[in-house]
Amino acid sequence: MSFRQLTRALRALFTPRRTDAEVSEEVAHYLEEATAAHLAQGMTPDGARRAALIEVGRPASVREEVRSSGWEHGIEVTLRDVRYGLRRLVRSPVFTLTAVSTLAIGVGASTAVFSAVHPILLEPLPFPDAGRLVTLQDWNFEGYPMPSTLGTFDEVRTRSRSFEAIAATDQWRPSLTGTGAPERLEGQRISVGYFGLFGAIPIAGRGFVEEDHRLGEPRVVVLSYRLAERRFGGAREVVGRDIDLNGDPYLVIGVMPPGFDNVLAPSAEIWAPLREQASGDFSGREWGHHYDLVGRLAGSVSLESASREILAIGQAPVAEFPRPSWANLSQGLLIRPLQASVTQSAKPALYAIIAAVTLLLVIASVNVANLLLARGAQRHEEFAMRMALGASRRRVLRQLLTESVVLSILGGGLGLLVAQLGVLGLLAASPPGLPRVGAIRLSLAAFGFAAGLTAAVGILVGLVPALGASRRAAREGMHRSSTRNPGRRSRTRSVLVIAEVGLALTLLVSAGLLLRSVDRLTSVAPGFDPAGVITMQVVEAGHEFNSDAARLQFYEQALETVRAVPGVTEAGFTSQLPLSGDVDGYGYEDQAHPEVRPGEDGAALRYAVTPGYFAAMRIPLLAGRLLDGSDRSGAPLAVVINQGFSERLVGKKSALGQRLRFGPQMGNGQWMEVVGVVGDVKHYSLGVDAPAVFYTANSQWAWVDNVASLVVRTSGSPVTLVPAIKAAVWSVNPNVPIQRVQTMNGFISASAGSRRFTLLAISVLAITALLLAGVGLYGVIAGSVAERVREIGVRTALGATPLAVVGQVMRQAVTLTLLGIVIGIGGGFAASRVIAKMLFGVTRMDPLTYIGVILVMVAIALLASWAPARRAVGVDPLTALRSE
Amino acid sequence: MSGDSLFAMPTPKTDLIQGTLDLLILKTLSLQPLHGFGIARRIEQVSRDVFKVNPGSLLTALQRLERGGLLDAEWRGTGNSRRARYYSLTRSGRKRLEDELEDWKRRSAAVARLLSAEA
Repeated sequence: MSFRQLTRALRALFTPRRTDAEVSEEVAHYLEEATAAHLAQGMTPDGARRAALIEVGRPASVREEVRSSGWEHGIEVTLRDVRYGLRRLVRSPVFTLTAVSTLAIGVGASTAVFSAVHPILLEPLPFPDAGRLVTLQDWNFEGYPMPSTLGTFDEVRTRSRSFEAIAATDQWRPSLTGTGAPERLEGQRISVGYFGLFGAIPIAGRGFVEEDHRLGEPRVVVLSYRLAERRFGGAREVVGRDIDLNGDPYLVIGVMPPGFDNVLAPSAEIWAPLREQASGDFSGREWGHHYDLVGRLAGSVSLESASREILAIGQAPVAEFPRPSWANLSQGLLIRPLQASVTQSAKPALYAIIAAVTLLLVIASVNVANLLLARGAQRHEEFAMRMALGASRRRVLRQLLTESVVLSILGGGLGLLVAQLGVLGLLAASPPGLPRVGAIRLSLAAFGFAAGLTAAVGILVGLVPALGASRRAAREGMHRSSTRNPGRRSRTRSVLVIAEVGLALTLLVSAGLLLRSVDRLTSVAPGFDPAGVITMQVVEAGHEFNSDAARLQFYEQALETVRAVPGVTEAGFTSQLPLSGDVDGYGYEDQAHPEVRPGEDGAALRYAVTPGYFAAMRIPLLAGRLLDGSDRSGAPLAVVINQGFSERLVGKKSALGQRLRFGPQMGNGQWMEVVGVVGDVKHYSLGVDAPAVFYTANSQWAWVDNVASLVVRTSGSPVTLVPAIKAAVWSVNPNVPIQRVQTMNGFISASAGSRRFTLLAISVLAITALLLAGVGLYGVIAGSVAERVREIGVRTALGATPLAVVGQVMRQAVTLTLLGIVIGIGGGFAASRVIAKMLFGVTRMDPLTYIGVILVMVAIALLASWAPARRAVGVDPLTALRSE
Repeated sequence: MSGDSLFAMPTPKTDLIQGTLDLLILKTLSLQPLHGFGIARRIEQVSRDVFKVNPGSLLTALQRLERGGLLDAEWRGTGNSRRARYYSLTRSGRKRLEDELEDWKRRSAAVARLLSAEA
């Protein structure tokens, strides 16, 4: 098409009136000339004009012929159809609102879920050749994966040939002091080449080199972009500066770019080089299971062959690499794609939500199809009229399709809005630990997905009723038989609405089961009394706390001042808190069973506490005594164990007097004597059985922890006392960071977080589905009442009572619903497989859930048929009969 | 936009006549600028009324040729305070006319040969 053709067409399109006028003028002129020619031949003026008209044709049709020759005419027709469609939509606002919002909900919800799922499950991690990145994990004695040791890392790195590179990381949480409020940072200590594995290069300064990892070299750190901006005024400014961490100066040598997606530790803001080396002395930190290993498979090596190689290495120990019993590598290592291990925990919940949103989308589509079907029935006469006036079937179809596309575009546009809200909602409700949360946004991919979906739903849903309507219109012409004989069409709609009810019930069953699970879970006794208990983590940072004595003294003084705060009834310190995510476990030796090799009999969690801890948490004493002030350094070592640990050691007998050695004491340390047994406390989550636990006085362990949780029982509302408690701690030492302020009840509800998230998401979807099904039911019942006005009129005239009429309408609604319920129960049972792993305390066949959701569904059905039933009662027999 | 598509516009019948009409219009305008009726009249006169020109087809063809850049169109006063749309050949219109004439001669000669051979 030439430029000239384009501009003329555009002119015709945008200044239609002027173009029309020109064409008219030209046609008029033509007619005049023709008339003049006839006049010149001697005709009368009238005769000349008539002859010219016959020759030229009707000016209007000539104009139309000229006008419709340009391609812009097609656009004009479409625009006219769009305008006409919009007018029709505006004229039936209830239909339009229902259809558009149904589409918006279906498309919006699926787009939101797609936006969340895409970066987690579908998108490759944002690293070069990310598919070759793997994690390597050790096995614990129960056969579960757990972090590895540095010794294992050294051996595997040296002996294995399967990897291009492997790196180890360890959690590091230094306290930043010197500038502003003391703050504890999340960070990692990393071995050589960690950043390189991800192809990440500092945006300013440099990364770590080999020398940085040698003992005795100057202390250096790399910061995240966020931390550099947040605390030091930008990446360029901070490089080369010294910052104070734990009371020591560290040189900042680099800053990572803002886009560095550190999937193994998303909250890490600071990195230091890992410097320790594993040795034959197994009591050191480097033989603890707390190193995360990540590697890049070498060019042609598969996951399986790498696993086989590590297993072979594990079964052929060499003298150069001694191994302790708890890291003997005899089972090899668990090697998984990095993406899989990062997303592992989120998968069940996400799959459940995907399944739920798919159901919702189907329900929404069925609902829209139903609406269009009902509307098609009402517009039957309009189509018949248009076809009688000469519109081709194609023309009518085209206009109907235009209308459904308009409807879909409206629905899709609104759907994007819903999607944006949905994404925000998902983010707000996302449980801690949901991987790649930072990458969740309404993405372009999601937008494309929504647009494609909208078009597909609109055209598919629009085509079916359109084909039916135009075919009927062509066949039946303008007979009105259809209004009296709704037969097949209303059967289709009934089947659709039954399907809708079934699908909605399917979702409701899952939501109900999850609701019951969370209910059961939160009613589990945690083993302590959470009411009125506030906790906060206190960190002893800096050189003033270098000695154990200084730490103990601080804890003691802090407790004294905190106890003096009005409203505080009990207070204690503990090295870790139940349900908080803290995990600190050690292998043990039992003097009564020397044949069991240290550490192979499993591990127990260590709580290093001050005596007030038990009272503050109200953990019940079952036998013996609690720890008290007499258990201090120098005194005989005393240990209190929980009931589960006691049963593991001695069964039903009394464990008092048993002698144990833990972690660093194992081998040749002093034995600790069991002086008391206390009740079990849930540690990992309310849904997981209490593990074996031992309590020691914080002064009787091999070291005094420099991070401890202050646990305070208050007589009133615990949160209001937080400022006073903080002030009390800071009055002893103003430099200690205080963080993770949380009530025990807060930890309890967070521990159900992932289930709660799934419950919330599925409940929202299920309730939406329920509403849509209700709307669908309403539509069908209302339509059926409208079609049967005459029949109802006759029945009323023949003496049917209002109750009988209502009964007739409601019976139809309940019948449809019951059929849907039968399908839905089967579907719900099948679908609950997806969430089976998330259930707690209920089975997939929990009768209470099924009864509950059936009642809800029936109630919705009755509600949906209420208005149509009233309309049916209001039918005046005379009007009804006269109307035909 | 193909003719089979649901969204196609209703196109006027196209056959050999349209191509012929284009040629006749170009030829007529090569002598002097004319308005629509003038063109029709000239074609009828010169062809001795063998061709009756349909005004709708003519005006449509004029619009198409004008958009295609083969014709220029301008509104000119016609004395009695009316105005008419006068068409004239552009440079590419002239070129097209030569090509079409060439083509026409070749084809009509071929048709003539075929017809005489069959006779």
